Amino acid sequence: MVIEPQNSLFELHLKDVWRYRDLLWLLVKRDFVSFYKQTILGPLWFFIQPLFTTIIFTFIFGNLAGLSTDGLPQPLFYMAGITAWNYFADCLTKTSTVFKDNANIFGKVYFPRLIMPLSIVVSNLVRFSVQMILFFLMVGYYAFIRANFHMNLYVLLFPVLVLLMALLGLGLGLIITALTTKYRDLAFLITFGVQLMMYATTVIYPLSAAPADYKWIIELNPMTGIIEAFRFGFLGEGELTMNTLGYSVIVTIVSVIIGVVIFNKTEKTFVDTV
Amino acid sequence: MSQTAIKVENLSKIYRLGEIGTGTISRDMERWFKTKILKQEDPFLKIGETNDRANRGESDIVYSLRDINFEINQGDAVGIIGRNGAGKSTLLKILSRVTTPTTGRINIKGRVASLLEVGTGFHPELTGRENIYLNGAILGMRKREIDRKLDEIIDFSGVERYIDTPVKRYSSGMYVRLAFAVAAHLESEILIVDEVLAVGDAEFQKKCLGKMGEVSKGEGRTVLFVSHNMGSILQLTNKSLILESGKNHHNLLSTVDAIKRYQLNAIRHDRKRDELKLYRRKNVDFNIEIRQLSINGNSSEIIKLQSGDDVTIGLELFSQITRSSIEVLIIIFNSNGEIISTLNSNDQNFQKSIFPGNNSIQFTIENNNLSSGNYFGQIAITQDSVSLSYDFLIDVPLFEITSILTSSNWNDRPNGHLIFNKVNWK
Repeated sequence: MVIEPQNSLFELHLKDVWRYRDLLWLLVKRDFVSFYKQTILGPLWFFIQPLFTTIIFTFIFGNLAGLSTDGLPQPLFYMAGITAWNYFADCLTKTSTVFKDNANIFGKVYFPRLIMPLSIVVSNLVRFSVQMILFFLMVGYYAFIRANFHMNLYVLLFPVLVLLMALLGLGLGLIITALTTKYRDLAFLITFGVQLMMYATTVIYPLSAAPADYKWIIELNPMTGIIEAFRFGFLGEGELTMNTLGYSVIVTIVSVIIGVVIFNKTEKTFVDTV
Repeated sequence: MSQTAIKVENLSKIYRLGEIGTGTISRDMERWFKTKILKQEDPFLKIGETNDRANRGESDIVYSLRDINFEINQGDAVGIIGRNGAGKSTLLKILSRVTTPTTGRINIKGRVASLLEVGTGFHPELTGRENIYLNGAILGMRKREIDRKLDEIIDFSGVERYIDTPVKRYSSGMYVRLAFAVAAHLESEILIVDEVLAVGDAEFQKKCLGKMGEVSKGEGRTVLFVSHNMGSILQLTNKSLILESGKNHHNLLSTVDAIKRYQLNAIRHDRKRDELKLYRRKNVDFNIEIRQLSINGNSSEIIKLQSGDDVTIGLELFSQITRSSIEVLIIIFNSNGEIISTLNSNDQNFQKSIFPGNNSIQFTIENNNLSSGNYFGQIAITQDSVSLSYDFLIDVPLFEITSILTSSNWNDRPNGHLIFNKVNWK
């Protein structure tokens, strides 16, 4: 093994990452176990957050503001948006502080740094799957009462959508965490930014209801295509076109590549700057 | 004969001092532009200074390590010694890939396990057993490997009874025991250990040292060990590297030699006594200045004396004021920094009047009873022990005492005796 100052930009040590895959699982397990230790409800807490958000959204945006849901049952409409959005947002915000949160470990021991953000994405996947169960229960209920929605074959896109959300969150998070090691200001922007970004997607309103003047902003948001596809597959309403989804795919790939490369570059010296 | 395990060539590492934050973008741009576009030398490397924490430098860029070169053979146990801030930890961090060097190259053969801190990544909510897995994986073990060694690890740690209790309920000693137990069972060709054994009780420390010795001697692993405890360095390592202000002046030495040299050089070895300003404390008022300090008439060389000799210390003072009496305070300490003797001119009602111009003071230590070694002094010129000093020198090398004893085995021990007693055997 050779240690040298500046390795090439694309030397990503992916082999090392593979060698440390056990660590990835143990970190995921740690996150999961430590989440519900010393709680009474345990993993049930995973349900509670999306459930309450759905209730609040249904009340405020559905009933008070009277926003359209394209004729879908309101709770189902919001739940779909929230579950998908939460996964992306959790991946993004948790990844974006990965250097700061792990400065101590990173400063003391070497392992491929990429393991950390990857473990975050996988941990959140566990959480997301639990929340999907809740969503499926709700879908089952509305199917039972024969509410107005139509699940269709595009639901098979689901794994692809999950992958897209994970990678998009990861990529953007990596870019932000790499930049925050030097310029801390970004850390303050991120919570605010994620919230703002949510209103610029179709979590609380359908794309069809967006005012024409601002529609381009919403379409510019790479999450829009993903959430629309998600809703279209499960509920039969939403705008799924090659363009919207294709755009999301391209943005995702680009951000992951940039993210991994600058994360990798930062990891080498961040111990000295944090 | 034996193979090289670690080869370090021209290794340097620079750090920027002070606050990193404002203005970094412009500096980053400047650096990027100069090195990548103009292909110039990195501007920050040029203004870098030697790593010396005591002296305030001109530049805020400092070489933590500068042009380090050494080679370690497989199976060697190597100690790294040096004062605080000499770059020991930086070197270990680079070797364990936590940070990267600024220039230079390191070749390492084999897997490296580094223990810069015990219990890295322990999660307080998890049980001891769960933490063994997590910590082991962080240190680079596969799960299968840990499965295989789990019983051994638990046994070594001696906390079997609490192994399924969350570690947040552990005492700090138990915590360290468990953490070290994991680390000690790493299967790696090279083990890097920072001073982590400071915690833990004597019994466990001994066990750890034993385990480490076993590792290097028995299993032929290469061990790098940093400690300020010369005793454990002596016990554990056969070779040592001395770091001094980020540089290594010698290649690897045998540990006994290295410790001797280190203690000899511990305090500003490379300066002679003729430049007294190097030793001057900053907050002196300078109305009376020590211009020369001589030992037995010799003002610049560090002379060798024998135990039992008379030592005459002379001070040449240049004064701008008149004082009816001043106080001269001399503290003599050995190369371990232990205070051996305190001499105060007031104790014997010695009155020295000072007039503008040159003055001299002289006193003699009769039949010194110092053991062999190097001696240093703190010298203060004050008035009536008030806090203000006219002049104050610290860490001035004074003289070397050589032994007159013939049983040199005992005498040469680095942590030997403090006092020489002349005795008559009958």
